[in-house]
Amino acid sequence: MTMTDKPSITVEDVAVERNGYRALFDITFAVGPGTLVGVVGPNGAGKSTLFDALVGILPITQGTVNLHGAESRNGALAYVPQRDSINWRFPATVFDVVMMGCCCRTSWFRGPGKRDRALARCCLERVGLWERRASLMNELSGGQRQRVFIARALAQEAGIILLDEAFSGVDVGAQEGIIEVLQSMRAEGRVVLLATHDLTNLAQRFDQVLCINRHVCACGPPDQAFTPQVLEELYGSHRIEFAPTHLHPNHPNPAGGDND
Amino acid sequence: MIESLADYLIGPFQYRFMVRALIVSVLVGVMCPILGAYVITRGLSFMGDALAHSVLPGMVVAFLLGISPFFAAVPAGIAVALLMGSVSRRTGIREDTSIGVIFAGMFALGLVMLAKANNINVNIEDLLLGQVLGVSQTDVFVSLGLTALVLAVLYAVHRQLVYTTFDPVGAKVVGIRAGLVEYVLLAILALVIVISIQAAGIVLVMAMLVTPAAAGYLLARRFVGVMVIGALIGALSAVTGLYLSFHADLPSGPAMALVATAIFALTVLVKKSWLVKRAGNDGDNPLTAPGQSPSG
Repeated sequence: MTMTDKPSITVEDVAVERNGYRALFDITFAVGPGTLVGVVGPNGAGKSTLFDALVGILPITQGTVNLHGAESRNGALAYVPQRDSINWRFPATVFDVVMMGCCCRTSWFRGPGKRDRALARCCLERVGLWERRASLMNELSGGQRQRVFIARALAQEAGIILLDEAFSGVDVGAQEGIIEVLQSMRAEGRVVLLATHDLTNLAQRFDQVLCINRHVCACGPPDQAFTPQVLEELYGSHRIEFAPTHLHPNHPNPAGGDND
Repeated sequence: MIESLADYLIGPFQYRFMVRALIVSVLVGVMCPILGAYVITRGLSFMGDALAHSVLPGMVVAFLLGISPFFAAVPAGIAVALLMGSVSRRTGIREDTSIGVIFAGMFALGLVMLAKANNINVNIEDLLLGQVLGVSQTDVFVSLGLTALVLAVLYAVHRQLVYTTFDPVGAKVVGIRAGLVEYVLLAILALVIVISIQAAGIVLVMAMLVTPAAAGYLLARRFVGVMVIGALIGALSAVTGLYLSFHADLPSGPAMALVATAIFALTVLVKKSWLVKRAGNDGDNPLTAPGQSPSG
C-alpha cells in the first residue's frame, strides 16, 4: 500500500447543496487510521451526498474536508459505487474491472504493465475471486460483484475506501464475506467507510458508526452512539423496529435488516 | 463457373473508381463498428443518427464553395455534437430531447439550403443514400488520414472511455474528466460519420455504426472482442454492399445496410439456438437478460 502518511478523514462544519437544496449541514466528524466506519441513516438522510462531497463529485458550500494518506482526492481514495450507477450491459470481465484500479497510474499511450497485472491478481486472490477472473460482471452474484469492486479499490492502492450501499442486494452470508475483507483492510491501517441501511450486528461489524439525517446525529462506537435521542432523530416513530435488538452484539435475534 | 465468379469478384477492379470505392468501403466497414462498440454500450445510437442528419448543412456549404465536404462537414459535425451535449447540460432538458430538437432543425436547414441552392452540382439521393462508387482520390486520402487520426485518439482514450462507460461515477472519483472524454468521443463520432456518409449516406450511416457492433456484442464476451468481430462483420457488409452496388446498380448505403442487417439477423438466430442447446445441456434459463443474475 502506498500511503504518504496514515490515512484519516477530518470533516469540519461542512454543508452541501444538491440541486439547490441544502442536503447536508453541520457535518463534523473525524476518523483515524485503521477504522471501519458504518454510515447509517434513513432514506434521503444524505449518505450518498456525503460520499459525493468527500470524493469531490459534489462541491461543498461550507466547511473543510481533510483527507490524509490520500495524496489527492484522485487515486488514493477509492469508491465502491451503488449498483444502480454501474452499466451492467457493458461486457467487462472480473479481471478487466480490477485492472481499472490501475487506470490512474497509466498515461494516455502507456497501458498497465506486468506489475499492475500481478497486483490485480493478488487483489483478486485476496477477495477469493481469482478463479472467476474471466467471468463477466453480470454473471456474478451481488456479493461477488461487491468483492470485485473491493479488489479494484485494493488495486488502486487507496488508503481511504468508501462503499455506498455495499449490502444492497447482498444476502447475509455474503455480507459477512465482505465484512471480513474490509476488516483485513482495516488491519493494514486503511480507513473504510460503508454506507448502509442494514443495522444488523452493527457493533460486531464496525468500530465506529456515523449516524446522519442531513446533519450528524452521532459519531462514535456503536454501543455508545445509539441513544434513544439519536434513534428518535434518525428514524422518528419507526425507531422501535431497530432498537435495541439489531444494534448490539450477542443479541439472540440476529435477523437481517432491510436493504432498501 | 469459377471463371465467372472470378469475373464477378475481381473484374470490377479494372476500374480505378472501384479501387477507390473498395478502400473507402473497408475503412468505413472497420471504423464504424470499432466506434459503434462504444455507441451501443453507452446508449448513443440516437445521437449517432442525429449527428449524421445534422451535418447536412455543413455539406451543402462545402458543395456551394466547391470544396471537399470534409472541410465543412467535419467542423460542423463536431460543433453539432458538442452543442447537443451542452444544450442538455445547460438547460436541464433530457439529452434525447435536445438531440431531437437539434437533429430536426439542422436536417431541415440542410434540406432548405439544398432546395434553394441553384448552382450546386450534387445528387441529393447520393448524399442521403450514399454512393461509394463516386468518391474522388482526394476523398480517399482524406479518409485515410482521418481514419488514422481517429484510431490514434481512440487508442489514447480507450481506458478512460471504458471506465466512464462501465462506471461513470467511479471514473470521476479517480480523476478521469468524464465530460472531456464524452466530448472527445462525440468529436470522433462526428469525424467517423462524415467519413462514412460517402459510403452509407446520411440516412443509413446508422446501420454501419450500430448493426455490425450489435452483432459483435451478441457474439463476443469482452469489449475488445465486440470491436474486432464488429469490424470483421462491418468490413464484410461494406465490401458485399459495394459488389451489390456495382453489379445491381444500387445506392451503396441501402446495399451495405441490408447485408449488415442480414448478418445481424443470422447472428440472433445462431445465438438463440446455441443458448437453447446450452440450456438443454446444463438446465440454465437461456433467456435471462444481462444484469439479471441472482443476488447473494
